[in-house]
Amino acid sequence: MRWKETDYSGWGRAIVAKGRIARPEKLRDLMQAMADTPAPAFGNRRSYGDEALNDGGSAIDMTRLNRFLGFDPATGVLEAEAGVTIADILRTFAPKGRLPAVMPGTGFATLGGCIANDVHGKNHHVDGSFGAHVDSIDLLKPDGTKLRIAPTRNKALFHATLGGLGQTGVILSARIRLAPCASNAMQVRERRIDTLGEFIEALSTSDARYSVGWIDATATGDRLGRGILEEAEISDTPAASRAKRPASVPFDAPSMLLSPMVVRLFNRTYFNRVPASGREALRPMQTFFFPLDRLHDWNRLYGKTGFHQFQCVIPTTDAEPVLRQMLALIATSRQASPLAVLKRLGPQGDGLLSFPTEGFTLAVDIRNRGKVGDLFRQLEQLSLSAGGRLYAAKDSLGSSEGFAKSYARLPEFRKIADQADPGRELETDLVRRLGIRGRS
Amino acid sequence: MTDTWIILGASSAMGRAFARKVAGQGCDLVLAARDADDLARTASDCDLRGGGQVASVTFDIRKPAGFQKILDAASTSDGMINAAVFVGSMPPQSAIDTDPALAEETINDSFTGPVRFLLALAPLMEERGGGTVIGIGSVAGDRGRIGNYTYGAAKAGFHTFLSGLRNRLNRSGGHVVTVKPGFVDTAMTWGLPGMFLVATPEAVAEDLWQAAEKRRNTIYTPWFWRYIMLIIRSIPEPIFKKMSI
Repeated sequence: MRWKETDYSGWGRAIVAKGRIARPEKLRDLMQAMADTPAPAFGNRRSYGDEALNDGGSAIDMTRLNRFLGFDPATGVLEAEAGVTIADILRTFAPKGRLPAVMPGTGFATLGGCIANDVHGKNHHVDGSFGAHVDSIDLLKPDGTKLRIAPTRNKALFHATLGGLGQTGVILSARIRLAPCASNAMQVRERRIDTLGEFIEALSTSDARYSVGWIDATATGDRLGRGILEEAEISDTPAASRAKRPASVPFDAPSMLLSPMVVRLFNRTYFNRVPASGREALRPMQTFFFPLDRLHDWNRLYGKTGFHQFQCVIPTTDAEPVLRQMLALIATSRQASPLAVLKRLGPQGDGLLSFPTEGFTLAVDIRNRGKVGDLFRQLEQLSLSAGGRLYAAKDSLGSSEGFAKSYARLPEFRKIADQADPGRELETDLVRRLGIRGRS
Repeated sequence: MTDTWIILGASSAMGRAFARKVAGQGCDLVLAARDADDLARTASDCDLRGGGQVASVTFDIRKPAGFQKILDAASTSDGMINAAVFVGSMPPQSAIDTDPALAEETINDSFTGPVRFLLALAPLMEERGGGTVIGIGSVAGDRGRIGNYTYGAAKAGFHTFLSGLRNRLNRSGGHVVTVKPGFVDTAMTWGLPGMFLVATPEAVAEDLWQAAEKRRNTIYTPWFWRYIMLIIRSIPEPIFKKMSI
């Protein structure tokens, strides 16, 4: 097994690591690489910050272990290798009447990554997070032993692995329950929302299975929190498939492109495209679930220095005033990207470090320039004082104090992770930065 | 009538990508490689991606006695029999220079083994009056270079064989595509220094499928390697022998 010396980064590209990467194409090669140097694994590196990074050390790229291993049409249970992408599952199984029960905002996320982050989708308030649909996981521990974990078997380790950031072992493959779908299309309703209060109200009362809010992160004053609410159901009628080749961003954009003026202009156009009376349309699933995937390498739009994302969840009771303060901070900083995403999340699942919990989640991209650290710390403080927490998959600037304070089951997690990986060979830069494994 | 594709070397990244492409077209598949566990996984994958009958046969290109099992598996359906040959090995030339026995293995894996197999397959294809062979050669076969001249020589021999086989099968309606890939992003090239313009196995698989459909004779993949190699071939030998590219 050859290791490649290289520089690599997460999706945000603001943090760069240097190290050795193995990319096994067979299970046997993976076992050999792990026997040679036990190391943390990553998928398509769609987490934003340093979660997939191990600066100065080794890591394993799982993207070539991406095969479907079995499927039962009667139950919808799919077994697949960890490197399979969500888009691949959707593309292959939607024609058979099944789709992943939970899909994150990018189809490039891998099965292993979805488990290790216990990702959520636009339907969290109805269907819970990814982990709620996992039947079993095959795990490779750093000592080279393989074991199967499930909600009923090695339960503690299973719950530590959901959202466990790869700290309990390398996820080799998993069985997940796909949900039924009658077509490959979504019936999508869009309407304008004028204020944050209206947004919270609309998301709380929406009876749609899938819902998401796009907020104009540059709007201030009376317009603060304005945006578009998208609600959707799986359609009974299929959409005509348009085999459009995705465009890609061929080089790093000059910083001009995301200048505050351009961003404001973009926002005005984006929000005005939905008529005041709202609109309804049939959309292909890929377009609805992975709106940004159509533009490959869109992270390059933020230029060479990259960007950060701030994503938190705020418990329902305090959500409105806290989100208002956050949006005001973001808008006045003039650092934000055009769009912020607001979603309602349902109750917490079984994962010890799972991010989603009852409340509202706000996500916004912030360019990696100037005083981004100050802005981030203020936002994190606001989140913490409201009993909220940050999402590790998006994080690159959060604090270890904040993480310990907001993830109540962290002590329990540490014990299980230390049993599974006593040599702490699976630690990543994020795990060290946030002190997730604690003191040894 | 369903066409059958034999994939020789189905555990390689390129072989796997092409097997998926073929499965997506609804063809029957006979997957052949050394690692049985890995083959079983690729077989499930091809099956779930739309393949017809998917069989897997473990075989070693150095053991021609095992070839018949593959031919038998491919003869079970009634359509045309096609084959894509991805086997080969590329130890560093420096390793071969120290241990000349490695040269024989390289030539066996990349040239004489595939030749033995295709000679056994040809009568079956002639009998059915059609079918396509895709032979994976290499740009390394276009000129002997210091870095990999034994591997290059094996591939050059394979190119010549494929050209003759094309001449033969053409008489019974069959066809042979010679493929010369440049750098492809596989375990073979992972972490090697000096890689540039590296193509994904999926892009190569798509090129192979198109070439078979259009009955192309020789293709470079990605296409621009035709011009890179045109330049490399046109360097006069007195100069070339002093170069190390």
